[in-house]
Amino acid sequence: MNIPWLALLSLLLKGVAILAFFAVNAMFLIWLERKISAKIQNRLGPMVVGPHGALQLIADTVKLLLKENIVPAEADRLIWWLAPFFVAVPTVAAFLCIPFSQEWIVADLNVGILFICSITSLCVLGVFMAGWGSNNKYSLLGGMRSAAQIVSYEVPLLLSVLVVIMEAGTLSMQGIVHAQELGWFCLKPNVLLAFLIYMISATAEVNRVPFDIPEAESELVSGYHTEYSGMKFSMFFLAEYANLFIISAVAATLFLGGWLGPLRPSVFWFLIKVYGIISFLMWIRWTLPRVRMDQMMSFAWKVLTPLALINVLVTGWLLAGKG
Amino acid sequence: MLPDYFNIVFFFMLGIAFVGAAFVTSWLIRPRAPSQAKNAPYECGEVIKGNSRVQFNIRYYLVTLIFVIFDVEILFTIPWAVVFRQMGAAAYFEMVFFIGVLAIGLVYAWKKGALEWL
Repeated sequence: MNIPWLALLSLLLKGVAILAFFAVNAMFLIWLERKISAKIQNRLGPMVVGPHGALQLIADTVKLLLKENIVPAEADRLIWWLAPFFVAVPTVAAFLCIPFSQEWIVADLNVGILFICSITSLCVLGVFMAGWGSNNKYSLLGGMRSAAQIVSYEVPLLLSVLVVIMEAGTLSMQGIVHAQELGWFCLKPNVLLAFLIYMISATAEVNRVPFDIPEAESELVSGYHTEYSGMKFSMFFLAEYANLFIISAVAATLFLGGWLGPLRPSVFWFLIKVYGIISFLMWIRWTLPRVRMDQMMSFAWKVLTPLALINVLVTGWLLAGKG
Repeated sequence: MLPDYFNIVFFFMLGIAFVGAAFVTSWLIRPRAPSQAKNAPYECGEVIKGNSRVQFNIRYYLVTLIFVIFDVEILFTIPWAVVFRQMGAAAYFEMVFFIGVLAIGLVYAWKKGALEWL
């Protein structure tokens, strides 16, 4: 058998680069979130370690590495151990198909967007395993709520992605970007509606305010990761911020033209769009209160899902009329 | 050239290695001092009452059932969305019929109260 060593080596290097980006991005986002929340609440935020607290996260990582591993009594040990893997590994895998620019994509799979959607929905398994395995009432309630919320908002999310697939006629991420060379998809009214539905559902998918019911600290302590400490806790935290990046990157690619922009380098345009969306989500997080569980569930099924279904049919009508 | 799907396997292995390496590093350097009180599940400092694997509400089950139906529907719709422009008006009206049947199902679940959370 002829093993393509060169291709393997190149894949390995790309993988290591993605892992480095994964870690640095999460650190940057946590710092950004703390700084934005501080600005909104008239505080300074982290200031001690490094200039403007930029190195705070390195200190925190060292601290988390040195933390004792506390296994709750009567925990379902195997499930409890596997849960951080189920949450963090899919977020690494999803970076495979994210198009940073024309050249900067690890593999432009022909099912790119489907791959990202299916792989990121694996996280719900990890969340529920964490809730069930911990042998803690708050964890179980948080895990149940989170599972119900994530599956409910999955439906309008996928239906709004479907609208983009119909417009582009392809599942490949680069293909979707190239289909927007004549104008970003969000400039069309039906896709703009899909963008709105996508952003609401994606916020719920990553359990952020105003949809952070699973982690509502006033009633559930910390939700499904109450019993986790040290490195296991930090894996949940890392995955949360990686997911935030992934949903924003998908939003930028599907609706805002991805890396398309007037000047080179195009990776710059991609990152501006992604971090713009992330800052917007952070602004929302520190401004709005959380919604009630029943309001949230009925909003997904009674408002967003019918709206998204109608939007799919209208888009089909518009496109079939043209072609 | 490597097959496309090898990339997926490789990235999964990479993710597992990343999380595993973090756990092993922490396992090597962290302190170990378990005690009975420390390992008790957290319940705001109170003595724990009863089992934590409580029965939960049937609503979660109903919502998940509806989700499964819609998820499978969307999986059927994705190949259609890629090619429907080449297939003409007939493909469009078939999808209208398909989504219509599901919409009736949604209305039925709604009327039966499966979507009520309180």
